[in-house]
Amino acid sequence: MQKIFFTIVSNQVVADKTYRLELGCSQDIAIKPGQFVNIAIDGKYLRRPISVSDATNRSLLLYYKVVGEGTKLMSEMNPGQQLEILTELGTGFDSAKCRNSALLVGGGLGTAPLYMLCKELLSQGKKVTVVLGFNKASEVILEEEYKALGAELLIATMDGSVGVKGFTTDAINQYNPEFDFFYTCGPMPMMRALCAALPTSGEASLEERMGCGAGYCYGCTIQTTKGPKRVCADGPVFDKEDLIW
Amino acid sequence: MVNKNLSVSLCGCTLPNPIVPASGTFGFGLELADALDLNKIGGISLKGTTRDARFGNPTPRIAECTGGLINSVGLQNPGIDVLVEEKVPALRKIYHNAIIANISGFSIEEYAHCCEKAAACEGIDILEVNISCPNVHGGGLAFGTSAEAAAQVTKAVKAVSGKKPVFIKLSPNVTDIVSIAKACEDAGADGLTLVNTFLGMRIDIARRKPIVANRMGGFSGPAIFPIAVRMVNQVSKACSIPVMGCGGVSRAEDVIEMMMAGATAVQVGAENLRNPMVCPEIVDALPELMDRLGINDLNEIIGII
Ligand SMILES: Cc1cc2nc3c(=O)[nH]c(=O)nc-3n(C[C@H](O)[C@H](O)[C@H](O)COP(=O)(O)OP(=O)(O)OC[C@H]3O[C@@H](n4cnc5c(N)ncnc54)[C@H](O)[C@@H]3O)c2cc1C
Ligand SMILES: Cc1cc2nc3c(=O)[nH]c(=O)nc-3n(C[C@H](O)[C@H](O)[C@H](O)COP(=O)(O)O)c2cc1C
Ligand code: FES
Repeated sequence: MQKIFFTIVSNQVVADKTYRLELGCSQDIAIKPGQFVNIAIDGKYLRRPISVSDATNRSLLLYYKVVGEGTKLMSEMNPGQQLEILTELGTGFDSAKCRNSALLVGGGLGTAPLYMLCKELLSQGKKVTVVLGFNKASEVILEEEYKALGAELLIATMDGSVGVKGFTTDAINQYNPEFDFFYTCGPMPMMRALCAALPTSGEASLEERMGCGAGYCYGCTIQTTKGPKRVCADGPVFDKEDLIW
Repeated sequence: MVNKNLSVSLCGCTLPNPIVPASGTFGFGLELADALDLNKIGGISLKGTTRDARFGNPTPRIAECTGGLINSVGLQNPGIDVLVEEKVPALRKIYHNAIIANISGFSIEEYAHCCEKAAACEGIDILEVNISCPNVHGGGLAFGTSAEAAAQVTKAVKAVSGKKPVFIKLSPNVTDIVSIAKACEDAGADGLTLVNTFLGMRIDIARRKPIVANRMGGFSGPAIFPIAVRMVNQVSKACSIPVMGCGGVSRAEDVIEMMMAGATAVQVGAENLRNPMVCPEIVDALPELMDRLGINDLNEIIGII
């Protein structure tokens, strides 16, 4: 964990209430796919945890949705402004668990953290199928970016305005992609359904209300098959087998 | 700038500075060992521990508030045996200042059992007894809300704690905190920590449900600072044992204020959750602030108000 000041490079709407936030810093960071950052916001007591969608050793790319007061304040910030951020939080995804071909399933904003994982898997020469689920066309993000990486891309929308009509599981059933391991991030009902439906092992990235976001307040503990675990520090990524839904 | 003296003494235990992360807001110290230099901090109050391991409350356990937060962690902890056999020895290896064990219980026997084990643990310097827990044999009322129950806990733990100083940590959810403080002092307490969290509640108005799963929880953070200062002042005037002041402290200025009010050491709680580096940052900021205020030795200002 490091506490670092980042400068906003850009902060733009890319979909319904959804912003793409590009940040730069002058100090080295080392982010793994699936890790998150915790952002201090003037006027809010607690930080806001946001997953890293992509990163270099001096930059972060985040996607966030305006759902309340904190994210509203974030959406009003301008390039050049500084944000004080705790970085390199959480465990992240383990790309080594996939042997040859991976299935990445993202729902809503959960599509963001899978992007960096997708890059890593492709760089390891693995085959990647990405399934993104949204409610409607106006919420779709990262479609072009995933395509540009060269991953197989399927989109499902609840209203059928883009891709397959229905859940991500419907798209998976229809196209029957080949994979030996899956990775998922998104709403709990989606991840629960996936973990039950998919035959292989997989990893799921969870969300929980947080206090510290770094493992020492025990505000985010869930029960798992391996005992109590802190979502922020022992997760947010957990093995499918460990989760008690 | 002349050399500033930040060291204070709590019942014969010398702390290089008065800054102590409050129980429950700094884990067992170990969780933060890689993120900051623990040895900059005067003492560490460890996560509250009970006889048996506890999972605690369901999530959400945290609700943000203006000027603070509500927590209903529900005393998640690995139990006293893991504390004395694993956590404290591991922390002692890397940390040289005061280790304060925070003990909770749901019966007098449980407090005594845990304190006896903690007193026998070499690495622990001070026992801090959290009496804000419900007494399962007393209709569920917190021990700390009755002078009589608070005194009973104090007597029971003092009987088994040997030479280790015992600080009783008071609940602010009472009408007259001074009478409870005095009852603890009379029962043999070596010191007092105050305050713990205020019982609070937040409601999600869109979902029409309480935010924390347990409905209510403990409110703390900068918003409670003035109440904590008032209580520390009242108690330290009425009692002659040392006080660790706690509640809403977030910066060096607050530390000075708490000490002027009567605190010998100052605990920082909720602020650690938003800034894990706040304790060492406060320690770094103190000398310059003392210089500005014409203070050479922190002991000069304890209880001057
Ligand atoms: C590990 C992790 C990664 C996340 N990644 C992303 C991301 O990449 N993009 C994104 O848009 N959102 C993400 N979220 C959710 C995001 O943190 C919340 O949407 C945000 O905190 C809401 O803040 P607010 O002030 O707008 O909402 P408010 O409801 O006003 O917030 C009040 C409090 O509740 C907390 N809170 C509210 N909703 C959530 C939630 N869903 N999860 C956790 N805490 C919440 C807030 O942090 C704050 O403490 C992530 C959450 C976690 C735990
Ligand atoms: C997340 C959290 C967990 C806590 N756990 C304990 C505990 O186990 N034992 C205890 O005596 N106090 C506990 N407290 C209370 C704090 O130690 C402190 O007394 C209180 O929060 C007031 O200080 P503050 O305003 O600086 O937070 C906890 C507080 C928080 C925020
Ligand atoms: S949020 Fe503090 S331990 Fe996870």
